[in-house]
Amino acid sequence: MNFVAPDFMPVLPEIFVLTMACLVLVVDVFLEQQQRHITYGLAQVTLLATALLLLLTFARVPVTTMFGHYIKDAMGDLLKFCICLAAAAVFLYSRDYLRQRDLFKGEYFVLGLFGVLGMMIMVSAHSLLSVYLGLELLSLSLYALVAVDRDSPVGCEAAMKYFVLGSLASGMLLYGISMVYGATGSVDLQVIADVIAKQGTSNLVLVFGLVFLVVGLAFKLGAVPFHMWLPDIYQGAPTSVTLYIGSAPKLAAFALLMRVLVDGLGAFQNDWQQMLIILAVLSMALGNLVAIAQTNIKRMLAYSTISHVGFLLLGILAGTPEGYSASMFYAIVYVLMAVGAFGVILLLSRTGFEAENIDDFKGLNDRSPWLAFIMMVVMMSMAGIPFMAGFYAKWVVLQAVINIGFVWLALVGVVFSVVGAFYYLRVVKCIYFDKPEQSESISISRDVEIVISANGLLLIILGLYPTALMTWCSTALLN
Amino acid sequence: MGFEKFLFYVFALILIFAAVRVITVRNSVHAALFLVLAFFTSAALWLLIEAEFLAITMVLVYVGAVMVLFLFVVMMLDLNTQPLREGFIKYLPVGATVAVIIVIEMVLALGSGYFSSESYSLVARSADYSNTKELGSVLYTFYVYPFEIASVILLVAIIAAISLTLRRREGTKSQNPSHQVLVSRDDRIRLVNVPAEKKH
Repeated sequence: MNFVAPDFMPVLPEIFVLTMACLVLVVDVFLEQQQRHITYGLAQVTLLATALLLLLTFARVPVTTMFGHYIKDAMGDLLKFCICLAAAAVFLYSRDYLRQRDLFKGEYFVLGLFGVLGMMIMVSAHSLLSVYLGLELLSLSLYALVAVDRDSPVGCEAAMKYFVLGSLASGMLLYGISMVYGATGSVDLQVIADVIAKQGTSNLVLVFGLVFLVVGLAFKLGAVPFHMWLPDIYQGAPTSVTLYIGSAPKLAAFALLMRVLVDGLGAFQNDWQQMLIILAVLSMALGNLVAIAQTNIKRMLAYSTISHVGFLLLGILAGTPEGYSASMFYAIVYVLMAVGAFGVILLLSRTGFEAENIDDFKGLNDRSPWLAFIMMVVMMSMAGIPFMAGFYAKWVVLQAVINIGFVWLALVGVVFSVVGAFYYLRVVKCIYFDKPEQSESISISRDVEIVISANGLLLIILGLYPTALMTWCSTALLN
Repeated sequence: MGFEKFLFYVFALILIFAAVRVITVRNSVHAALFLVLAFFTSAALWLLIEAEFLAITMVLVYVGAVMVLFLFVVMMLDLNTQPLREGFIKYLPVGATVAVIIVIEMVLALGSGYFSSESYSLVARSADYSNTKELGSVLYTFYVYPFEIASVILLVAIIAAISLTLRRREGTKSQNPSHQVLVSRDDRIRLVNVPAEKKH
């Protein structure tokens, strides 16, 4: 057997995260409860250093290593960079919330770091094996994180539901993977694409595998009709965990769709396009309509996530480089909005009080004008009001869909985002036009205030000057 | 029909029978035991295609470790399966329809002859061929990346299990071995001077 050691340099960010996660795990064991901030600090240092490392080693040309299981390319590096920053923001917003609830434990940060590692593996996956393993690593960390508050019955129920449904989805995905492997004889996405190019797209077994792959991925994304788990988990999990689940994993899921459907099974575009159209239309419809009826803001945002997933799928199903970069832009902006929205919810909660209902936002303007302004920006951006980042994101995605001739699909998207605007603006109305039910002022630490301000302002800046990020996305996908 | 083919059909029939029994028997201990039977026969099927490492691992890991644990849990927990059966008849038509459609589709897709034994014949190996060695040589070289990720997944599973179940409660009567070792004679024995009883 002829074995040459692979090039480890491209995998450096993953190796770094893994090493640091293990280090944090060990260091945390030796700390007293009062010293827990060291764990938190180390986790933050890890994430920021990884982001820096990714910038320094940014891929100009795609490199495949680890015998075809790993790829380092510009799309992956950009997404991983965003994942690290999003996770750092998540940890920062969660810090005080966790402290007040006796959840400020090492496990939260260690599992969070392992989840980030799982996402990075998913983003860089170049074989179905690393796709599956990365997904499992992320999911397993998330299951445990949802149950991190062990004494909360709602949290445990949510974790249990997530675990059972997530395992089912993994089973679907694995079955699809085994079919694709059986039909092509390889798990390497490049080899799969080559084999399909050679043998044509008439193979029924491959289409059969593709269906299961799409079902598995849709389950993980939370697209209708595979969305059942999402509202319950968003509502049941501690808000800091909801923030984690609702943000960075969407970037990884986008990358996964790109790798599996576009890179690996790109020849079957006609087949998966139809499947994604069904998923996208149903997601936009159900997500926006059901969100109207919600009084719990976490549940409302869960349904809004489902509708955003529908929009994300629109760009991918367009099947053009323009559509992919629109989708990527959408994913990044969505993460910014989700981090901002759940961040504000976290900051409003205090010891013994969860800001969970839309009513809790009543008169927020009187209590904290700046926080109210940021929440308004986030909500208007989610609704797609012009001059916000969310508007441009929707705009480019719809443009990509129109360019391939699906005008009706774009119309459906527009109609349902108008419907969606209702419940986002209702929150804004609560904030500015209703009398406050509580009068306590809201105290936020300085660093959190700076980051959440940057988060909100970024949504305005990206809405006014989207070209920079858009260019990054399209050049990253061109490579 | 060769002897090997005969064996295959025997094992395959037992496997299907055991798998069906797993989900149809009422007693959950019986179900777990039928699952053991199913694992055993699938290990035998693997032996038939000369994948002896997989066969032995199947018996060791699934039968020896996983199922024993399963049996323990099933016997310890007094599960009431009655609520689970509620609405079974109500949802049966819908469920059965979906299942039948899926089965028909699967038969159409997979029965198209793609996976027939003609297109996937066994590769003949010499008698001294060890697939354990072959597996090992690719597992730690060409598949080292997935292998390492799998190890990280196991680590996360350990962390998750410990963080979810480890509780330090006040007042539990658990033993502390290091304290037990440090005990000296004086801590435990008190000499009491008992005056001897007078003779009557």
